[in-house]
Amino acid sequence: MAEISTLHYLVVAAALFVLGVIGVLTRRNVVIVLMSIELILNAVNLNLVAFSRMWGGLHGQIFSIFIVVDAAAEAAVGLGILIAFFRNKETINVDEIDLLKW
Amino acid sequence: MNPAMTPVATPFFFYLLSGLAILGGLLVITRRNAVHSALALIVTLLAVAGLYLMLYAPFVAGVQIIVYAGGIMVLFLFVIMLVNLERTIRERQFNRIWPVGLVAGCALLALFLGVYAKGKSLFPEQARGLAEGNNTQQIGEMLYGNYMFAFEIASLLLLVAILGAVIMAKKRI
Repeated sequence: MAEISTLHYLVVAAALFVLGVIGVLTRRNVVIVLMSIELILNAVNLNLVAFSRMWGGLHGQIFSIFIVVDAAAEAAVGLGILIAFFRNKETINVDEIDLLKW
Repeated sequence: MNPAMTPVATPFFFYLLSGLAILGGLLVITRRNAVHSALALIVTLLAVAGLYLMLYAPFVAGVQIIVYAGGIMVLFLFVIMLVNLERTIRERQFNRIWPVGLVAGCALLALFLGVYAKGKSLFPEQARGLAEGNNTQQIGEMLYGNYMFAFEIASLLLLVAILGAVIMAKKRI
């Protein structure tokens, strides 16, 4: 088998990214939509670390750490909104959350 | 990087870990039970952490395991157990426009692969060697040197996120 290059990692990250996009676009359960967003952020992190390896620096790794921080903040706020919404409407399906639609 | 430094089993472990990651991702978006999705997501996160190790990023791999698999996933599991599961399991899992989403995702993947196939020659053949052994020390020096301001902003962001989550989830302020 040939040596693993940066391109291999990029293809894996693209596959993970697309899986996350499909999850966001097709699922009804909000918790799984949030998990798909985590998949997307992981794909981006994998790209950043792969490029960091390709150029021999550490800036990509630093950036990926900041993205992990962002993911934690996003998950905390998103799940807080979800709990508040579930308390009011008794549902966690995205297509039933249409209060702002007219 | 000279050939003597290349670990022998690298392609095998790369394909194993990336296969695990993609399989976990597939399970995340197809499972009916949200707890199963969360467990599949943990598999994906650990496999990606393994890929970070193969890219000589041990600190990021550790952060991935501790923060993602240890912190964020526990948050997810708590919320899954707070909202009622029995009703959502019996309901339709995909929304009405799911074929559109599937086609859009496949088109996006085709776009990525097309770009990678076309731009293949732009990538260097060999990755540059990194200084091994002091990855964590170097990251620490950069975080508290070059990236000091961004680091402080990130701590502020986490503080705001904590406040937002508590205010949102509390019944009466």
